[in-house]
Amino acid sequence: MSETQLLVGPFNRVEGDLEIRLDVADGRVSSAYVNSPLFRGFERMLLGKGPRDALTITPRICGICSISQSAAAARALADAAGVMPPPDGARVAALLHAVENVSDHLVHFNLFFMPDFARLGYQGRAWHDQVVRRFTALEGSALRQATEARAQLLHIVGMLGGKWPHTLAIQPGGVTRAPTARDKVRIGASLRAFRRYLEDTVFGAGVEEFAALSSEEAFLNWDRGDAGLFTTVARDLGLADYGCGQGRYLSFGAYPTNDGPVFASGQWDNGVLSPLDLSGMVEDHSHAWVLGEGAHPERGETLPDEDMREHAYSWCKAPRLNGQVFETGALARQVVVGHPLARDLARRGGVVGRVGGRLLELALTQIEMERLLADIHPEARFMDRVELPREGEGVGLVEAARGALGHWIRIEGGVISSYQIVAPTTWNFSPRDAGGVAGPVEAALVGAAVQKGEDTPLSVQHIVRSFDPCMVCTVH
Amino acid sequence: MNILWLQSAGCGGCTMSLLCAEDPNVMDLLDGAGLSFLWHPSLSEMTGAPVRRMLEAIEAGEQELDILCIEGSIVRGPNGTGRYHILAGTGRSMLDWVRSLSVKAKYVVAVGTCATYGGVPSAGENPSDAIGVQYDGAHRGGALPAEFLSTGGMPVINVAGCPTHPDWVTDTLLLLAAGEMTPEALDGYGRPRFYADHLVHHACPKNEFYEYKASATNLSEMGCMMEHLGCVGTQAVGDCNIRTWNGEGSCTRAGYPCINCTAPEFEEPGHGFTETPKFAGIPVGLPSDMPKAWFMTLASLSKAATPHRIGVNATADRISVPPTLRKPKS
Repeated sequence: MSETQLLVGPFNRVEGDLEIRLDVADGRVSSAYVNSPLFRGFERMLLGKGPRDALTITPRICGICSISQSAAAARALADAAGVMPPPDGARVAALLHAVENVSDHLVHFNLFFMPDFARLGYQGRAWHDQVVRRFTALEGSALRQATEARAQLLHIVGMLGGKWPHTLAIQPGGVTRAPTARDKVRIGASLRAFRRYLEDTVFGAGVEEFAALSSEEAFLNWDRGDAGLFTTVARDLGLADYGCGQGRYLSFGAYPTNDGPVFASGQWDNGVLSPLDLSGMVEDHSHAWVLGEGAHPERGETLPDEDMREHAYSWCKAPRLNGQVFETGALARQVVVGHPLARDLARRGGVVGRVGGRLLELALTQIEMERLLADIHPEARFMDRVELPREGEGVGLVEAARGALGHWIRIEGGVISSYQIVAPTTWNFSPRDAGGVAGPVEAALVGAAVQKGEDTPLSVQHIVRSFDPCMVCTVH
Repeated sequence: MNILWLQSAGCGGCTMSLLCAEDPNVMDLLDGAGLSFLWHPSLSEMTGAPVRRMLEAIEAGEQELDILCIEGSIVRGPNGTGRYHILAGTGRSMLDWVRSLSVKAKYVVAVGTCATYGGVPSAGENPSDAIGVQYDGAHRGGALPAEFLSTGGMPVINVAGCPTHPDWVTDTLLLLAAGEMTPEALDGYGRPRFYADHLVHHACPKNEFYEYKASATNLSEMGCMMEHLGCVGTQAVGDCNIRTWNGEGSCTRAGYPCINCTAPEFEEPGHGFTETPKFAGIPVGLPSDMPKAWFMTLASLSKAATPHRIGVNATADRISVPPTLRKPKS
């Protein structure tokens, strides 16, 4: 039995900083330790500030999930004030948020995930030449098309939100710009152009046809568009068995409207769906460079351990729900919604499951964006005045592209006295907890193949990137 | 020219914004100007050990480096060690890497207000002790000394903005590639003058409201946001309303104030971002280059002369009174 250790970093084509330590035995990863090596301390920056400043500061946690942070902050403030935005304001906020999530899925598939299959290591595979043409990093034709389609889709955020990232348009009382009938038809044109791109390039078929897939087998046999190129690669390499999950999924519910979220909230534990209940949630500090006892985010604190104590190995806390590890993201969302393809993919929940979940959601969200737009009434109110309480608490739960994002705020004497943020990748890339239980990606990496001579194993890269980690959100 | 891009303590949003470059897309744009990435953390194929070897080769002088782009602020904490940000896989702080690689680069470009002046990570108690590459807020001297010049004879080029407009970054890189970037092309805070010689106020669609001090009282109202809602577009540098963002956007076009994100220390305005500080009921802060007495006189005069249309529209969320139509004389 040969045992070695590998240190993988800088781990690129993920958002932010990531380092992974691997124990390797007999050509397989025997254990993995995930380090989020950057601490900025956003939760501490907010202390003592006026609550509305959270709307300016928290989006700047992350330049890829900026609207998600913004939406969570606005919801937390609205919750503290006991208000809901007017229905049309909520729909515009939902549309802005959906555009960001779709853009993120697109960047992940084309710029972050697929370029690994263009590597020299896969030369000679039947699909390699085509993948090289389409997905070589910084050069492939698919990357150029995706970048252009995304830039045009983000015109919707330019119009309604002023710019992307870091808009201030989403407020607890609604949104800052009332779209006109002319704006609405322009947005419709942008959405139609994006549908055309998805259908011509990503799916090679109508989004409805792709969204109607109902089994892993049918998905793996999809042979059109860039999605079909991925499934060709996936079948050949057996990616469905790479990085399998543990069958526990969490969703806070995506795109809250006044009729409820567009994609429902809930928690899923190996076949059993239950309503979302965060009362048993704790952020564990045992292996994080964070001082003090772990707590529910309503009572949590973030005091960095300046000494970076020996047995801890990340700035990321370890969130657990009822003591258990949960995975979050597009697959989790659609499992909770009950989509048959997602439920089937979740049985293995590996690389194919996560990437398939994201492709499925690209199709589903296109349909939902069109529906949201159709329901926006230009003559309606989009913003109400909101008085924030001098004393109060609020929680904002949303779904970023990468999954469940929560903001917990406490206001005392008119200023922020506590602000705790738990981001999707905090769940997915958490370190071990006090019981020594590994976080989702740490567990998914166990068993990954390491070829002779590899210092940055390809299988590890596929598995890690299949989660689409956002490391800047993770620690914040 | 080659580019090494490092992401220090930031949000990655300037890279994400860069991908919004259009006509042509960012890859064709840079490629067409003879610019290529030696490595970019979000975009390049290379990961892990080969990246470490490349960084070491630059340090050893075996690999030439034309442009070093740094995105994100540089953290010095805890206690000056920089260990709140270890560059993954290297065991060394980003602070250390930035100092070591900057002296090898022909040009150093700080991308975004984090990298230029410290930016948002230095807000509040500045938990990570964040600074900029060559500035600490408005004070010259950051991770690199005040007098630092790269081997190309330039100080750090500060493409400030939170986030940066994609064109601010690409135009800076294209000017470098064309040999057209000189110390004189930068303003007093090291920002490229091609965008920093403009004010956000220029081409703001709320200009007519500004002329009469017809003010919005709540976000989403159409009036000028200077008097009540914290807008500093008349002082902030940037061509945001001339160039526009993501198609036809800008902050003020979307109904929220300019918060001066291209400036040092914008993250700590000393008041709420969306409220205007006032002294005896009068807003504090004057438009750039405007003598105070004249401003006060003109403001009170124009306010008294506000046309009905402008007064009504100022507090509406859409145009409620259209301009009066004039018939041609003939």
